[in-house]
Amino acid sequence: MTETLLKIEGLHKRFGGVVASDDINLDVRSGELHAIIGPNGAGKTTLIAQLSGEIAPDAGHIYFDGRDITGLATPACSALGLARSFQITSLFLDFTALANAAFAVQPNLGHSFHFWSDARNDPALVAPALAALSRVGLQNRAHAEVSSLSHGEQRQLELAMALANNPRLLLLDEPMAGLGPEESARMVAMLRELKREFPILLVEHDMEAVFALADRITVLVYGRVIASGDPVSIRANESVREAYLGEQDEEFVDG
Amino acid sequence: MKTWLTPRNFVVAALIAFLLLLPLYTSSTGNYFLLSLFTRIVILAMAATSLNLILGYGGMVSFGHAVYLGVGGYTIGILAYEGVYSGWLQWPLAIALSALVALIIGVLSLRTRGVYFIMITLAFAQMIYYVALALDRYGGDDGLTIHRRSQFGDWFNLNNKTLFYYVCVVFLLGTVYLVYRLVNSRFGRVVQGSRSNDRRMRAIGFATFRYKLVCFVIAGTLCGIAGALLANHTDFVSPSMMHWTRSGDLIVMVVLGGMGSIFGPLIGAFVFLALEELLSSITEYWQILLGPLLLLVVLYARGGIDGMLSRWRRD
Amino acid sequence: MLLFIEQCLNGLQLGLLLFLLAAGLTLVFGIMDLVNLAHGSLYMLGAYFGATFTALTGDFLTGILLALICTWLVGMAIEVIALRKLYGRDHLDHVLGTFGLLLFFNEAVRLIWGPAGLNLTLPSWLNRSIELLPGVPYSSYRLSIIVVALVVAFLLYFLVMRTRIGMLIRAGASNREMVAALGINIKLLYTLVFGLGAALAGLAGMMQAAILTAQIGMGENILILAFVVIIIGGIGSIRGAFIAAIFVGLIDTVGRAYLPDLLRLFLSPSGASTAGPALSSMLIYLVMAVVLIVRPEGLFPANAK
Repeated sequence: MTETLLKIEGLHKRFGGVVASDDINLDVRSGELHAIIGPNGAGKTTLIAQLSGEIAPDAGHIYFDGRDITGLATPACSALGLARSFQITSLFLDFTALANAAFAVQPNLGHSFHFWSDARNDPALVAPALAALSRVGLQNRAHAEVSSLSHGEQRQLELAMALANNPRLLLLDEPMAGLGPEESARMVAMLRELKREFPILLVEHDMEAVFALADRITVLVYGRVIASGDPVSIRANESVREAYLGEQDEEFVDG
Repeated sequence: MKTWLTPRNFVVAALIAFLLLLPLYTSSTGNYFLLSLFTRIVILAMAATSLNLILGYGGMVSFGHAVYLGVGGYTIGILAYEGVYSGWLQWPLAIALSALVALIIGVLSLRTRGVYFIMITLAFAQMIYYVALALDRYGGDDGLTIHRRSQFGDWFNLNNKTLFYYVCVVFLLGTVYLVYRLVNSRFGRVVQGSRSNDRRMRAIGFATFRYKLVCFVIAGTLCGIAGALLANHTDFVSPSMMHWTRSGDLIVMVVLGGMGSIFGPLIGAFVFLALEELLSSITEYWQILLGPLLLLVVLYARGGIDGMLSRWRRD
Repeated sequence: MLLFIEQCLNGLQLGLLLFLLAAGLTLVFGIMDLVNLAHGSLYMLGAYFGATFTALTGDFLTGILLALICTWLVGMAIEVIALRKLYGRDHLDHVLGTFGLLLFFNEAVRLIWGPAGLNLTLPSWLNRSIELLPGVPYSSYRLSIIVVALVVAFLLYFLVMRTRIGMLIRAGASNREMVAALGINIKLLYTLVFGLGAALAGLAGMMQAAILTAQIGMGENILILAFVVIIIGGIGSIRGAFIAAIFVGLIDTVGRAYLPDLLRLFLSPSGASTAGPALSSMLIYLVMAVVLIVRPEGLFPANAK
């Protein structure tokens, strides 16, 4: 019995004259990867920001595991299990990859008002951090400073941090941004594995990846949901083709 | 491989050894001026170390840190003026007040970021400075003389210059060790992470405001203790202790020595104050060199002296 | 009543001077993202140049004009020599670097002009008392400050809102990469903007010099008030700076004049005489604290950024 883990009802958000979210309804069930696609400026990142508590919606509700989390602050959302990765890489640049992952592990252990014991080599932090790095294939770069990692490795670390954060649902904002074909393929393989373990809400532009991974696809244009359903029906949908897929490679339109 | 035998560690060890052995020299030669100078250096190094906690590790650019020197100092001064000389009463109160002031300023300022934060801490510090100026009863602009140092019992006489010096050194080393443990603890990791990327820190689940506030209060309290020491050292307190340019001096010490390094502030205070003493005996316009020097350090030597020494190892 | 009107006018005058300073600060911050602690030094230099040139030339207006030009030139020199290298760095670097400049200028002024302050004597045609309303005398000089500052404020508004340069300034404030990409000489723009800010600060300084004398360190005290203005008004907003500056000027002046008397209604005379001056000094910071609690981004924040 698949349960709905994340439910968004009637979400509205305006910035001055721009409507970023216009009556958005969607949900994510356990065991599925639900992809959000749409042209630039469609409000995809604003949606993620509202889900993770960075922005409060003007109207509407967000339910996570039955709880109303509308307007809940970011740290609280994270504590409930909503782990997010960022479209524009947002890491701790002057720390190692391992330290970055360890940061993500730390909140799982409760409050951090511990003032004395050295946290740098604490196995309770380091072990799960290494595990998360291994999951994404970065274990050999654990002691490299993030600023020296390649872009692809940094995107992997973004994912690792979301994993290390004890997630119950993954909010991934364009994890494939800026990746070359080989790296993209690796990321797709990784996500395919992960979706067996975690429900995933994936925002992406990479259509190959989206159609390879998604169980459901929702199309967002100017903040509105213009279509939502399984990949086959989305691909065939006229308004979707017109608004968005027409911009993409022709081969996908033909299926 | 003796990885800890580096030029930097050598310099630090030499500095600490010097501080510990100084009184042997001064009591045998009777050169108490030197002892007094270094007492002041040690106290300000403690203040700089406390600033480094929030500035170097926490990324909170407080331009009003000298305020706590004043709060701690004036607590001692005002109580002494009113006839309360017992250190057992003065010091806990000085500590409590410093913490309280830091809490209030922190709560109001830490909701802001970047340049706002800098300006706000500056403004609050100036506010407290003006309050001290307006306190006619306690000397106002002229300051307040302290006729008796904090009393802790006959066996512990702070008027003994050598004893007082060692008390200050103990406080300095204790503060350095405390900061060392704090920044490497889980608490310290959150604070450092917030400096590096506050947004991500919150995204992974930390209510960073709370941690920064606690850090801010700890730093203010430590500086307040330094203020209490300073008051006892100079037997005098005045509003100028808290003027924002004093805060600027503290920042210079931290940056010059090396922000975000444990011994940086100690090195920085030493160099800054020793230079000040040296240069002012040559010319009264020595600050005209300090300004451009600071700019050069900012532009080309961001890691400060500690940074330069650490890089030396790799050559 | 007469005293109240006079205090209000003094408050307006202080507010307008603060606006001149705050406008320069907020322009530089809004466009170059630079925190400039040495802004107060330009204020001080304006005062010293003003006093020196009016004394040298013997003519008030010539002296002021020369002083303005000098301050403008020094401002641009600072920008080219020192500040250019600071752009793009984090704010701590700005604070430290410009703090270094501040120290340098304080000492340089001391070296050149000596530690004692300098007086700016007003010509007789400015040093009069005018009757604004029957029975309300007011210094013609203070009045002229108000007039000049208002004119400058209007010109600034016109410049920023209605000219091409102003459009570049506003564009630069919201997206400097784009402006640079459009081929506009961003370096020149920055230098000019900084020079403008310097001239504004210098003008404020020399106007104030006739009332308070030119002194070392005069820049620091007023700089902090200018920061308070920006915090209350909102960074990057000239309109916010104007409203907040008038507000701050009025509160500070009227507060200092009437608060001790007000306190005497509630406290004992000795209590009022201790608390009075202390609270008056604190007043404007308390207001700032309240604004921070209620609206941390300021009352009229600029939307960009």
